[in-house]
Amino acid sequence: MKTASEQAALAALAAPETEAAASGVRFKDPRIEMAHGAGGKASRRLIEGLFAPLLLRGRLAAPLADAAHLEVDGARIALTADAFVVRPLRFPGGSIGELAVNGTVNDLAVSAARPLALLVTFVIEEGIASGTLEAEVWAMAEAARRAGVEVVGGDTKVVEHGKADGMYITTAGVGRVDPRVRCAASEVRAGDQVLLSGPIGDHGITILLARGDLELEADLRSDTRSVYPMVERLLAAAPDGVRWMRDPTRGGVATALNELARDSRLGIALCEEEIPVRDAVRGACELLGLDPLHIANEGQFLAVVAPEHAAAALAAVRSAPGGEEAVIIGEVRAEPARSVLAAASYGGTRIVDMLVGDPLPRIC
Amino acid sequence: MRYVDEFRDPKLIRQAAAEIRRLARPDRHYRVMEVCGGHTHAIYRFGLEGLLPGNLELIHGPGCPVCVLPMGRTDDGLAIAELPGVIFTAFGDVMRVPGTKGSPLEHKARGAEIRMVYSPLDALKLAQAHPDRHVVFFAIGFETTAPSTALTLLRARQLGVANFSVFCNHVTIIPAIRAILDSPGMRLDAFVGPGHVSTVIGCRPYEFIAEDFGKPIVVSGFEPLDILQSLVMILRQLADGRAEVENQYARVVPWEGNLPALRALEEVFELRPYFEWRGLGFISQSALKLRDAFAEWDAERRFTVPGIRVTDPKAAQCGEVLKGVLKPPQCKLFGRECTPERPVGALMVSSEGACAAYYHYVHRAAAAASLER
Repeated sequence: MKTASEQAALAALAAPETEAAASGVRFKDPRIEMAHGAGGKASRRLIEGLFAPLLLRGRLAAPLADAAHLEVDGARIALTADAFVVRPLRFPGGSIGELAVNGTVNDLAVSAARPLALLVTFVIEEGIASGTLEAEVWAMAEAARRAGVEVVGGDTKVVEHGKADGMYITTAGVGRVDPRVRCAASEVRAGDQVLLSGPIGDHGITILLARGDLELEADLRSDTRSVYPMVERLLAAAPDGVRWMRDPTRGGVATALNELARDSRLGIALCEEEIPVRDAVRGACELLGLDPLHIANEGQFLAVVAPEHAAAALAAVRSAPGGEEAVIIGEVRAEPARSVLAAASYGGTRIVDMLVGDPLPRIC
Repeated sequence: MRYVDEFRDPKLIRQAAAEIRRLARPDRHYRVMEVCGGHTHAIYRFGLEGLLPGNLELIHGPGCPVCVLPMGRTDDGLAIAELPGVIFTAFGDVMRVPGTKGSPLEHKARGAEIRMVYSPLDALKLAQAHPDRHVVFFAIGFETTAPSTALTLLRARQLGVANFSVFCNHVTIIPAIRAILDSPGMRLDAFVGPGHVSTVIGCRPYEFIAEDFGKPIVVSGFEPLDILQSLVMILRQLADGRAEVENQYARVVPWEGNLPALRALEEVFELRPYFEWRGLGFISQSALKLRDAFAEWDAERRFTVPGIRVTDPKAAQCGEVLKGVLKPPQCKLFGRECTPERPVGALMVSSEGACAAYYHYVHRAAAAASLER
């Protein structure tokens, strides 16, 4: 007589699973499209369906975060990497070099880690003027100095003319995790407040306009900056009140909060009027049929804080340079689970979905 | 932001909603079709349905150009896109529209030279910048976008740009409205008229709706207050027993339309004898093609296309949704096989398609009611 588990084991031997199924690979899209890199649903499918099962084995239980936390001889460190492929290389308010430093610094910051050191890899297109490269190196040096982070090494590759849009930059960063803080989607509870550090959409719309395809002009600058000074004040004011943080880059606030809703199995209720959006961003979004909540940011962060710490948290972020426009934009609720909803003051509500594909303008 | 914020004023919106509830007789059911996809999108985006009384039902009409384009036309365009030397250009809306062998974005990922443009003039500029290539513009849209295609063709002829052509899918709104009014089982009480189309054609072409069919139509803007105010105007007409064409969007829509735009349309285009509309079937004199004088810039004449009719998957009920017989979630595929990311039917592709709008803003939202503060 066999036990049920023995029978199951025998059945498994009799009909071995395919290798892909056994490995957990679920990614079935026939080709890689731009959407797979746009930070929305397709990106998530790629990461969870292909990268995570094969490369992140054993870490699958934890939801994907901005940086990995490792314990080395008792010290908790955060480790992250980010690649920058922006076109054009320079845009109002910043450039690829500055973005490459701030982007990685911010991934560390929202992982509750003090950024310590960066590695920098350049992939450079053959034939670009040395001055173009030098300008980016200056920009990186200045951004690193401002963010208080050291560049400690890197690599350089040059590829044929016509590849790499001038240059691509990858940065990897390491930081020391604040031991007081427990930040994860699993820490979030109904009733928690959602804090946003400032106006959204500046970076994405600036880049869209800087490409020059639209013949639209606006007085707008990318918001690229380190968010660490704001995070530092926040953590100092409410070390045990901060439950989750994220920098809403590609895919915007909508995607970051949808990921939180999914990972925490809770709902997020936003108050539409509270979300700060500059007029130039609103105008461009209205014209192009885009939702500011889907537009990329490079100098803002979202934090979920316990209700009893919300006032202190908000005051702390507002007291930091650049955090003056921080606001509470909504709260976490038990229902509807796994959804983000936005309510307008006149009573209308809508679902705020993740970004699907690349944001495409509509015609009429 | 001027011209936006005043039409999103919470106090005025609540007042308009209260007026609608006051005017809607509780013993009556009202079925009002908003013709334009832009209205459908706005209604969902701003959560307006939640402000309306239960006996005022909004039916989402055929006014989304991407949604009514049959798949065979997308296939024809993409067949041109795959020809060597061709740069295929289209509006962003078209990029995710599924063809038999995938969307333009998927064709692009496989190596076809496909670019998104914001205006047909950008496609013409692209042709001038690449004299060794042939640039095709996949033209789509109602009278809203047709004038810009017409002006582009006039400019192409004036500049003598020979490596540029237009694959024309422009359609006209009036025959579609007439087809809906003529269809058996039609049970509509009134129309919210399309705002953008009317900036070009004006209000006069809608007179037959009031005169021949006895239905009110109010041309409306796209902000929450515009739409609610239009519904107030419609309910007042119904209460008074009137059937008239009214213009709520007078700040933008001139009664007589935009005469230079209409002249450009007349010069460049002529009506096709008939054209297939997805979900509605063949409608006579409902679409535009290039006149003989512009044959040189007509992609349909320059290239041989398969021209094969493709019927929608049987399970997809786009037609019923388009005609307002079914609500989006009543379709068998809605939210399962057919999602905005993997659309089966075109109503799920464009943000103005009833299904995509419904999916983005109300799907899962039975619980949304619990959110009201």
